[in-house]
Amino acid sequence: MNEIRSISAKQVGRDVPRLESRQKVTGRAEYTHNITLPGMLYAKLCRSTVAHGRILSIDVSAARDLPGVHAVYTGETIRTLIAEPYFGPAFHDQPILAIGKVHFVGEPIAVVLAADPYVAAEAAQMIVAEYEELPAVFDEVEAMTSAAIVHETLKPAGTFADLKHLSGKSNTNVALDYQLRRGDTDAAFAAAEHVFEHEFHTQQVMHTPLEPMVSIAEPGDNCLTIYTASQSPSFVCTEIARLFGWRENQVRVKVPYLGGGFGAKLYIKLEALVAAAAMLARRPVKLSLTMEEQFYTITKHASTFRIKSAVNKDGRITARRCEIFWNGGAFADIGPRVTQKSGFTSPGPYDIDNVSVDSYALYTNRPPAGALRGFGIPQLVWAYESHTDLLARGIGMDAVEFRRRNLLREGRPQATGTLMHDAAIIEVLDKTAELMNWTAPFERGEGVIRRGRAIAIGFKAVVAPTTSGAIVNLSADGSAALYMSTVDMGQGSDTAMAQIVAETLGLVAERVKVVHPDTDVTPYDMATLGSRSTFHMGNAVKLASLHALEQLGAMAREVGLPEGTNYEIRDIFLKKYGMQAGNIIGVGSYVPPYTSPQKGTGLSDNVTPFWMVGAAGVELSVDTETGHVTIDRLINVADVGRPLNPAIVATQLSGAAMMQLGFTLFENMDLDHGQVTNASLADYKIPGMHDLPTVMDNVIVDNNQQNGPYGAKGVGETATFGVSPAIANAIEDAVGVRLTSLPLTPESVLRGIRALRGEKLEG
Amino acid sequence: MSWGESRTITLTVNGTSYTREVEVRFHLADVLRHELGLTGTHLGCEHGVCGACTVLINGRSARSCLMLAVQADGAEITTIEGIADIDGPHAGGLHPLQEAFREFHGLQCGFCTPGMLTTLIELLRDNPAPTEEEVRIAISGNLCRCTGYQGIVDAALATAKNLREATAPA
Repeated sequence: MNEIRSISAKQVGRDVPRLESRQKVTGRAEYTHNITLPGMLYAKLCRSTVAHGRILSIDVSAARDLPGVHAVYTGETIRTLIAEPYFGPAFHDQPILAIGKVHFVGEPIAVVLAADPYVAAEAAQMIVAEYEELPAVFDEVEAMTSAAIVHETLKPAGTFADLKHLSGKSNTNVALDYQLRRGDTDAAFAAAEHVFEHEFHTQQVMHTPLEPMVSIAEPGDNCLTIYTASQSPSFVCTEIARLFGWRENQVRVKVPYLGGGFGAKLYIKLEALVAAAAMLARRPVKLSLTMEEQFYTITKHASTFRIKSAVNKDGRITARRCEIFWNGGAFADIGPRVTQKSGFTSPGPYDIDNVSVDSYALYTNRPPAGALRGFGIPQLVWAYESHTDLLARGIGMDAVEFRRRNLLREGRPQATGTLMHDAAIIEVLDKTAELMNWTAPFERGEGVIRRGRAIAIGFKAVVAPTTSGAIVNLSADGSAALYMSTVDMGQGSDTAMAQIVAETLGLVAERVKVVHPDTDVTPYDMATLGSRSTFHMGNAVKLASLHALEQLGAMAREVGLPEGTNYEIRDIFLKKYGMQAGNIIGVGSYVPPYTSPQKGTGLSDNVTPFWMVGAAGVELSVDTETGHVTIDRLINVADVGRPLNPAIVATQLSGAAMMQLGFTLFENMDLDHGQVTNASLADYKIPGMHDLPTVMDNVIVDNNQQNGPYGAKGVGETATFGVSPAIANAIEDAVGVRLTSLPLTPESVLRGIRALRGEKLEG
Repeated sequence: MSWGESRTITLTVNGTSYTREVEVRFHLADVLRHELGLTGTHLGCEHGVCGACTVLINGRSARSCLMLAVQADGAEITTIEGIADIDGPHAGGLHPLQEAFREFHGLQCGFCTPGMLTTLIELLRDNPAPTEEEVRIAISGNLCRCTGYQGIVDAALATAKNLREATAPA
């Protein structure tokens, strides 16, 4: 039972139950949600009621006078502590509390601290602010030319080379204008047999992790400890140190389990505010957002995608032009990276000689947008796979055959010029078609119920270049502990990484201890995002394990054990130290090779270390009297390389697909002049049990990611790619209605059906 | 600081009796989490939609975020921390439903898990042989953002089968 050595059993590729599952089913798992500290104050925020305005006054007197209130701070108070209290991963555009003006409804303008959270909440309601309202802009395309300017001057953070040219720019809402040019699109369009052009839209949605964002800061003597539900402890540490003008070692960031993340808890969110408040109050400060407040904190980009393709008489795509506008809301967050890193894949997984991409990050007066499970890819696949189906229809070719004819193959150049390797694109398409029984007749329904089916396929380049570090501590009894800053937010990274340690060192995965992120203890990791951990941290963990193994071998030789002796680890230590003592520290660090894209053309011979491929196959029924769509079958097919833990991979696929199903069919932040009118789970519906398709299959294709740890690569986002366009394509197949804006509501389906029949919807 | 009227209440939580003076405005979830230190019950939406805070009150599932603690005076409450002891002790220390959640990956981040488990404990007690549809209906009021629900349904059905086989006459 307690055996730690594994003699023969494979550790990688085995369905190891999640290491923390026992804690989670008994209610003992630690979340920031549960942490309280002695003397802790609770923070509650007062938020802007206008979308864009100059702050004329903030009256906090009534709040300050409420019994039980410890302190009330505004942006001006923060400035007494930090001269330039602006933060953000791409731009230093986000004030800890608003200074001078507000940029969206819901922007924090003041914070109340009290020992009782209900007192703090009551006091926050007593703050009165006056504004001079300014013209606001909400639409991403209008923001390109709008007279309403969200930020007077652009302040790139300096981290990213391609943003430097924007420094000090004024009178613009464009936070990045990314370009890719390959071949001669003009000539190809001029010579084309067929030209198709469409425009697609996605709506603003929110991550809704069930544990709302929460951070605690505990002040020390010229130092801070931050306990936070963050996906990026290393970045929090760096950014807090920068804000305070401190060394990184004055900031300690600790992260327990997260109650979901999905990109919401990335970079820096509440940490700057609790850090500043704790330093001002000299008491620990906890800020727990409500579910409602999350809608005012970070969201997924709404987008507009104009796509134009040239197709020749053989059904080959010869040119594609992509214009994408990303609605980043009031603060850039990581939007400019979404704009570029996803932008270069916007022509899709197709082999097209002539490509042009223009991708724009836009500021608007909406709640900020950032990363959400796919880093922009689902918005792109939605558009290019809807478009691809329209191309196939337009030339009268089967949708699978048309894709097969155009998909990128091993060794062929992607739009950036990078040659494709280990991306099982054709295999994923073929597997999807096979599982759909694509060539067999399909039951099309009768009466008011009409059935349709379709597929869609997308791909993603993992964000590059990024770094991960890991430490493996081998104790004298032969047990191992892994120190890493990858955050287990539900995706199962603790378990997968323990399997890599166990496989490499010949241990049992269940007995490997994983030490949670603590910047005083665990080494640097860029962040837990974009399906990067399995590959990057996985490689670092494998290197650290190999480093430990190498030292163990040296120790064995030192104590006179010949090469290849079957000694237990503990016996080697015993021989060396004469007692159960000592340890071996293996360290590993991994950053993949990368070539920066050329400015202007966006071309690179090595733009990413690996590609993820995902497809969806959908069979659905449309009730032509109500527009209601029932998903009869959803097939998710993915290339994840070799799965480290097949059962966890399956839950990642099914979870991602269900999340995307919500973004496809109903999730939508309703905005009225910038005010979110459905900011609660009662009004903003996320998928529940009844939304689960009647049949849902999650399947992986056989593939080996040669530079991945034990052949593995990322998986968390892959099953989001194809869902939206596959459903839209299947709706057209069922009832002939083409929808180009998400979500695909019964109302929009019904309007389409009525329009086709030339019937009025009303009376 | 105290903010108003308080009352003394007695709750039996997971078999242990607690008498506490609580403010009448406190939710049951506040008292469980902050007064009794039973932080296994999670608060997600705090208005009764997500179901993460679901506990059993006199055997019936209820949202502890929508109920005042004083309303539970005299009640027997089961939280996630008490599930392992139901019909126990069990081999391995966990209730079969908890074991099934581990085995079938009925959880990822674990935040919805307390509500899923308590709701399913009630279902399996009242309906030892549920159909898949009945399981789906039972937990249709509990939201999970991670798993896509399949593992949860599989865990519930497997538990029902195992419990039936364990109690079937030889």
